[in-house]
Amino acid sequence: MAAHLKKRVYEEFTKVVQQQQEEITTKKLRLTKPSKSAALHIDLCKATSPADALQYLLQFARKPVEAESVEGVVRILLEHYYKENDPSVRLKIASLLGLLSKTAGFSPDCIMDDAINILQNEKSHQVLAQLLDTLLAIGSKLPENQAIQLRLVDVACKHLTDTSHGVRNKCLQLLGNLGSLEKSVTKDAEGLTARDVQKIIGDYFSDQDPRVRTAAIKAMLQLHERGLKLHQTIYNQACKLLSDDYEQVRSAAVQLIWVVSQLYPESIVPIPSSNEEIRLVDDAFGKICHMVSDGSWVVRVQAAKLLGSMEQVSSHFLEQTLDKKLMSDLRRKRTAHERAKELYSSGEFSSGRKWGDDAPKEEIDTGAVNLIESGACGAFVHGLEDEMYEVRIAAVEALCMLAQSSPSFAEKCLDFLVDMFNDEIEEVRLQSIHTMRKISNNITLREDQLDTVLAVLEDSSRDIREALHELLCCTNVSTKEGIHLALVELLKNLAKYPTDRDSIWKCLKFLGSRHPTLVLPLVPELLSTHPFFDTAEPDMDDPAYIAVLVLIFNAAKTCPTMPALFSDHTFRHYAYLRDSLSHLVPALRLPGRKLVSSTVSSNIAPHEDPSQQFLQQSLDRVYSLQHLDPQGAQELLELTIRDLQRLGELQSELAGVADFSATYLQCQLLLIKALQEKLWNVAAPLYLKQSDLASAAAKQIMEETYKMEFMYSGVENKQVVIIHHMRLQAKALQLIVTARTTRGVDPLFGMCEKFLQEVDFFQRCFIADLSHLQDSFVDKLLDLMPRLMASKPAEVVKILQTMLRQSTFLHLPLPEQIHKASATIIEPAGESDNPLRFTSGLVVALDVDATLEHVQDPQSTVKVQVLYPDGQAQMIHPKPADFRNPGPGRHRLITQVYLSHTAWTEPCQVEVRLLLAYNSNARIPKFPWIEGGEVSPQVETSIEGTIPFSKPVKVYIMPKPARR
Amino acid sequence: MSPHRVFPLPVWAGQDVGRSCILVSIAGKNVMLDCGMHMGYNDDRRFPDFSYITQSGRLTDFLDCVIISHFHLDHCGALPYFSEMVGYDGPIYMTHPTQAICPILLEDYRKIAVDKKGEANFFTSQMIKDCMKKVVAVHLHQTVQVDDELEIKAYYAGHVLGAAMFQIKVGSESVVYTGDYNMTPDRHLGAAWIDKCRPNLLITESTYATTIRDSKRCRERDFLKKVHETVERGGKVLIPVFALGRAQELCILLETFWERMNLKVPIYFSTGLTEKANHYYKLFITWTNQKIRKTFVQRNMFEFKHIKAFDRAFADNPGPMVVFATPGMLHAGQSLQIFRKWAGNEKNMVIMPGYCVQGTVGHKILSGQRKLEMEGRQVLEVKMQVEYMSFSAHADAKGIMQLVGQAEPESVLLVHGEAKKMEFLRQKIEQEFRVSCYMPANGETVTLPTSPSIPVGISLGLLKREMAQGLLPEAKKPRLLHGTLIMKDSSFRLVSSEQALKELGLTEHQLRFTCRVHLQDTRKEQETALRVYSHLKNTLKDHCVQHLPDGSVTVESILIQAAAHSEDPGTKVLLVSWTYQDEELGSFLTALLKNGLPQAPS
Repeated sequence: MAAHLKKRVYEEFTKVVQQQQEEITTKKLRLTKPSKSAALHIDLCKATSPADALQYLLQFARKPVEAESVEGVVRILLEHYYKENDPSVRLKIASLLGLLSKTAGFSPDCIMDDAINILQNEKSHQVLAQLLDTLLAIGSKLPENQAIQLRLVDVACKHLTDTSHGVRNKCLQLLGNLGSLEKSVTKDAEGLTARDVQKIIGDYFSDQDPRVRTAAIKAMLQLHERGLKLHQTIYNQACKLLSDDYEQVRSAAVQLIWVVSQLYPESIVPIPSSNEEIRLVDDAFGKICHMVSDGSWVVRVQAAKLLGSMEQVSSHFLEQTLDKKLMSDLRRKRTAHERAKELYSSGEFSSGRKWGDDAPKEEIDTGAVNLIESGACGAFVHGLEDEMYEVRIAAVEALCMLAQSSPSFAEKCLDFLVDMFNDEIEEVRLQSIHTMRKISNNITLREDQLDTVLAVLEDSSRDIREALHELLCCTNVSTKEGIHLALVELLKNLAKYPTDRDSIWKCLKFLGSRHPTLVLPLVPELLSTHPFFDTAEPDMDDPAYIAVLVLIFNAAKTCPTMPALFSDHTFRHYAYLRDSLSHLVPALRLPGRKLVSSTVSSNIAPHEDPSQQFLQQSLDRVYSLQHLDPQGAQELLELTIRDLQRLGELQSELAGVADFSATYLQCQLLLIKALQEKLWNVAAPLYLKQSDLASAAAKQIMEETYKMEFMYSGVENKQVVIIHHMRLQAKALQLIVTARTTRGVDPLFGMCEKFLQEVDFFQRCFIADLSHLQDSFVDKLLDLMPRLMASKPAEVVKILQTMLRQSTFLHLPLPEQIHKASATIIEPAGESDNPLRFTSGLVVALDVDATLEHVQDPQSTVKVQVLYPDGQAQMIHPKPADFRNPGPGRHRLITQVYLSHTAWTEPCQVEVRLLLAYNSNARIPKFPWIEGGEVSPQVETSIEGTIPFSKPVKVYIMPKPARR
Repeated sequence: MSPHRVFPLPVWAGQDVGRSCILVSIAGKNVMLDCGMHMGYNDDRRFPDFSYITQSGRLTDFLDCVIISHFHLDHCGALPYFSEMVGYDGPIYMTHPTQAICPILLEDYRKIAVDKKGEANFFTSQMIKDCMKKVVAVHLHQTVQVDDELEIKAYYAGHVLGAAMFQIKVGSESVVYTGDYNMTPDRHLGAAWIDKCRPNLLITESTYATTIRDSKRCRERDFLKKVHETVERGGKVLIPVFALGRAQELCILLETFWERMNLKVPIYFSTGLTEKANHYYKLFITWTNQKIRKTFVQRNMFEFKHIKAFDRAFADNPGPMVVFATPGMLHAGQSLQIFRKWAGNEKNMVIMPGYCVQGTVGHKILSGQRKLEMEGRQVLEVKMQVEYMSFSAHADAKGIMQLVGQAEPESVLLVHGEAKKMEFLRQKIEQEFRVSCYMPANGETVTLPTSPSIPVGISLGLLKREMAQGLLPEAKKPRLLHGTLIMKDSSFRLVSSEQALKELGLTEHQLRFTCRVHLQDTRKEQETALRVYSHLKNTLKDHCVQHLPDGSVTVESILIQAAAHSEDPGTKVLLVSWTYQDEELGSFLTALLKNGLPQAPS
């Protein structure tokens, strides 16, 4: 509502406004409707019943009010407020006052007195609460004014004793937002001293209404958020609230305790019923841990989440959270985790087969067992096996955060994380895999843990498998058996899900390069070489064999002794793979081979600079262009474009900049070429046919400008101006060409007018940037604007033509970071010769898997296009859930596209490609004065379209006629 | 007035696991909680001794209702016997899933007892049907009015499908009976939950009173590993289960594991019961855990792909297999038959997933016995591996404490457990919650005094007036209130004294205190009065002090008059008079005046 109010600043209170003539140079007069606020006054006076008045107010609330007239409206509303008897109308007026006082540019201090005044005479609780809300809005608009703040706090304190919970709630909210803690703030002249707000709020922790208690805690948190330091005294109060009957109170109290524990981590608190003392943060940690087994899952989620951010907790307490102190028949029992660890360290491999190996051991002293108040004991064990997956996810996240800050804890929580890999809900499994990846620096997996981890590779969910591959990329494995196990499981996975090929290769690449010494003893076995006999050469196209080679070659990179174990064909395969899969296979120092590429990879850093320089130089050269003769200019442009494109291919870091500049130069080149056309020199009627080139150029420039505007991320406003300028030139060109080739003047009228509107729009959009466009086409155009307005189309065209020729070439400033959006369709691969057969009229689902780079907001912009052989095109909007975000700037689209067609006689290919949809509205700043219903002169504002940004993939399909 | 006492009479469920049957008498209402049988006995001892309840008269007259917490036979097995053979016609309350599954189990039990063992004097199929007709089904959290005073309410208990905890409430007194419950969720059911209902008594089971269990994930992984290893070795795995409950959890576990690992080894489920039972599991999806509820639209987890029905002949098939067989404690039926066949081979394995009652074969092999005496004096040597996986869905010690913490009862009563273990838990509960805790033996009666709260109506006017006086919010703290309590027609009302007078037609007696204060003052009466006035005005800032034209001073309703002393002209007498209601202020004033007036600024 507030946004809605701000948007229209268009109303005057009583007078009729005429849009100023200079601003809009169209020939129409723009009349606004008579002011609605004037009507409000009349309506309110006219209203016979409260229901009527309410209706009018509701109608009024739908329209915004501009800053200058707010005060007038407020006066009318207040005047009516005093007269009104019906509480619902008063309520509405009070809420309107609040909304109005939020209007940008309006200073609400003038209505504060009135608001406080009416507050004192108000009887209805609801209206009171609403008025306090209004005061809150006023107060938060004037954060510097101490006197007003004090006064409002005072008002709030007075109404704290109200019987209605709503009023007390609002008072506390107001105190939280405006109150200050320090008593020694400047004494006010009126005798209002700053109160100790914290104490006042604290008193309401024991209010009888749970909603008020919640509001009190929230107000306290609000104080904290505003940067005021809470006193430690509230810690005990907050602790009492942890056993409140109502979940929202407990949930808020947990937050408050967390806040206090972060403020005073080191202060000492006594443990009740003993004379020991512990650090406050530890005590709070214990209390929050206890809330992990609360009755309400909302509180449990809250508690589990907060645990993660308590990093100052002493490790002793931290490690308790993973220890549940098992017992059976009063005898201490070891957990399965402890047993597994022991078995592993003792060298045994079977587990659980021995009878009674989980039999409880020592007796427990019954007095020493503490069943409930054991503080942090087992909090995570409980959290991780909670009923609600929300709690489990929160617990996993908390584990992750704590483990990142404490390596010893990371080691301890490993068992639990590994267990979570078998959770029944996929999201939890995924989350725990990600968590494990994040803490992988601190941990080394034991073999039995690795076993459990690897078992998940058979999961049917692709996300899980890929997450697991990522995890394996950065895991430390302790033994060579571990590596072997991992390889075997990965190959099994590959056999079961061939689509995981790329991900598995990548995973093995890292696994190899991390553990060269562990791979070394495995090499003969993996390559199945024999000391005496030659073995058969494996099939080079086998993905599994490639996987093994990727592992070995990456290990060999840092292990120079390894190549000695290779057989001849291995070297041949190396050469082949180094060429075909260069991103997976590193350069090796092989005996008797030249180090071709190793120098390149090691010397990348110094290379960057020259290429950057080269780019800059070639651009500079071009920008001095206007002094050259057209012929030379064209050649230079062509050369530079070629250079830039090649540079983009070679240097991936500069690809974005190079492509972007090349595209711009391309536009310029096209423009120059079009203006060089002979057509301009010959009388118009003779050149009807040959204008093709010029109009085609105009069209292409337009397309290129859209690409420049929407396909690159990181484009700033100054580039957008240049791009729009280029587009304007293209439009001018189009106009001239049309003028030359069409007979009659009538169509020209419309076109001219449209063009002028666009110029006008351009001016308004980029008024701030116009100074950079000295001497440009638009600059000159704007100079002549009044003349153009008055001229006939033929004249306009003539002027445009000369201006277009005279205009200079604008320098395109390069943005800091620019990346071209790109997409690669991984699946369908387009290699299959087997057509996808389906019955005509029914649908077939086609799995599409693509990676997207540097696409902003892919959920709304990326579309899939299917092109049938008959020219029919179909656009599919993927669901937002189909996009995953594996890394910054990267997205992955995994979706299903439904194909359908009538029967064909033989199979044929359809093309699938990805499109980037754009909408020029998104970029252009909004104009506050444009009201919704009005048709603005900007035709251009809503240009929408799509840019193909992936290579099309062909899919062979065959719709069969339905059998009857 | 009714006796305000809650006293459960545990008929057969005291310090014993086996038969649950508890009698609660609360504020004059008698409720029977569960009606179970004992698995270990085959004679009369298996049913509770109902003659204990009432020697004379019909049960229907004595009991107001019967509540069944869940469908396990040790909680509902004696129900047809009780209702049809002993004779009870009152309502029987249970949840919908229990109502659906209970008759299947009873029928199965009857078949084993009558058809296999040939017992006479047992209830018939018709009796089961008739008994089930008396059942009233309740929903979770639905408050059911049994009669005008007695109401019951069910809470989710986990444990098995449809298991519920019941709150029984008469007026302000209430009892919560937990039945069997589970505080950790498992593969198919959620965790028990109860709100802070603060009952007078919480009757909780205590099967695992002295155990704190490891995380269920380890248990599950262990279980799967054991099964997988045995099967890979070519061995057969026998898992004795009750037809319903744990079986379904283990089925889901194995089913998903089989699917993930792509195993082909057959899994069998022994009885025909399963299909029927699984049907109900599919139906009552709302009673299962979050995962199953979320995914049943795509695929109902209870539609098993890998688990097939078992045929007697399969037991002799070569090669590995996994068989779920009933009953769970290896005391009779198919599981015992299969166990006999497979016990001789050390490659095989039996996994006991739950608790075994003393006296059953299950209990014997678990306690390490390797030679078993079977019927007909033959001795069976057990070579197969015996594993115990605690899959029993009872709350462990921590869980019980957690539930007690959630419900905040005034006292706790432990049932359904072994005496030795209960003793430990009892100490813990008393120590940590500071509530009294009882653990009666079979047939023992516990009587609990309760402090009943008596509702008193208060007139709105009085309430508002008193609210307005005490300004600070002090929730739940007692507050002093002036009013008159009227007890009339067994109703209590608190009204203001004026109204009470009016209603009773009495006139108010004015009670005034007067007091003389002697002051040393040589001036005239009027001047003294004036000095008193100004003094009081300064001291009592927030009271209304007035100087009346006749020379007297009033503070609120207190009147002060100055008079000359009849003998000593230098002494003035101040007459202070106040009503009984202003006693506090009046005595304060006299004390103040006795201290004398400040020196006049003459």
